[in-house]
Amino acid sequence: MSIPSSVIGRELPAVQSTIERGRLRFFAESIGERNPVYTDLDAARDAGYPDLPVPPTFLFGLKLDGQAPLGWITDLGVDPRFVLHGTQRFEYERMAFAGDDLVLRPRITDLFEKRGGALEFLVVSTTVTRGTETVAVISETIVVRHPEKEAVA
Amino acid sequence: MTNVLTGVEVGTQLPSIQIPAISRTTLALFAGSSGDHNPIHLDVDIARSAGLDDVFAQGMLSMAYLGRLLTDWAPQQSLRSFEVRFGAITPIHAEPYLAGRVSAIETVGLERRATVEVSVTLPDGTVTLTGTAVIAVD
Repeated sequence: MSIPSSVIGRELPAVQSTIERGRLRFFAESIGERNPVYTDLDAARDAGYPDLPVPPTFLFGLKLDGQAPLGWITDLGVDPRFVLHGTQRFEYERMAFAGDDLVLRPRITDLFEKRGGALEFLVVSTTVTRGTETVAVISETIVVRHPEKEAVA
Repeated sequence: MTNVLTGVEVGTQLPSIQIPAISRTTLALFAGSSGDHNPIHLDVDIARSAGLDDVFAQGMLSMAYLGRLLTDWAPQQSLRSFEVRFGAITPIHAEPYLAGRVSAIETVGLERRATVEVSVTLPDGTVTLTGTAVIAVD
């Protein structure tokens, strides 16, 4: 089945997230980060930061902190096993730090297909704000495979 | 925070990073730390049910490694944008090699900005990610 074009413009549930030092240290460990600015509060402050900084790609995962983060995909009739990440973009307005309360507002901004519908592309754009300030805009292309259509295409 | 990179020109190479072989433990830890709990990266039964031989690494793990490449080179407050295209799956046990090179420098408003082309390559030559970052420089 294919995704209806009426999804374009749909707002997905907003996610509120408080950035925790422990989560940032866990993230740093999991990616082999060696720069102490990302794990050591003194090093972060020596670098002029108010607290441990949120590294460049960490914001992406905060969207997944809401309830049933893949629910909007299954609601579209899509099997998450056949979803791939196509592109990912971050535009940074300002940095975020441990202790910040961030709000992420994702919205489906485009839908298109290739290979006769065997591949569908969903574009999701998410604004990240702290109070009245924009921290970043996150945009990704999600590729939905329809293997049954690949067979006949 | 005025520590901005100096001496940057077109052709400047970023110090490369060789990532050790990606283990199943790394995928599990990154699932927890990043919030991406998609079982296709964790559970070989799920991977096989989708027609794959094994689990594969989260694309965002490779992008996070590239984030390290960038912030090892320039302070993060200089980073204006960062984007990648995921071109190929990163298999379990892969050893990604991260590279970056300045491809352009332009002035936007009062700021001088370097465009950095980044890539992730596996030992067999497969390019798994390509992308660009825009970084303010002196």
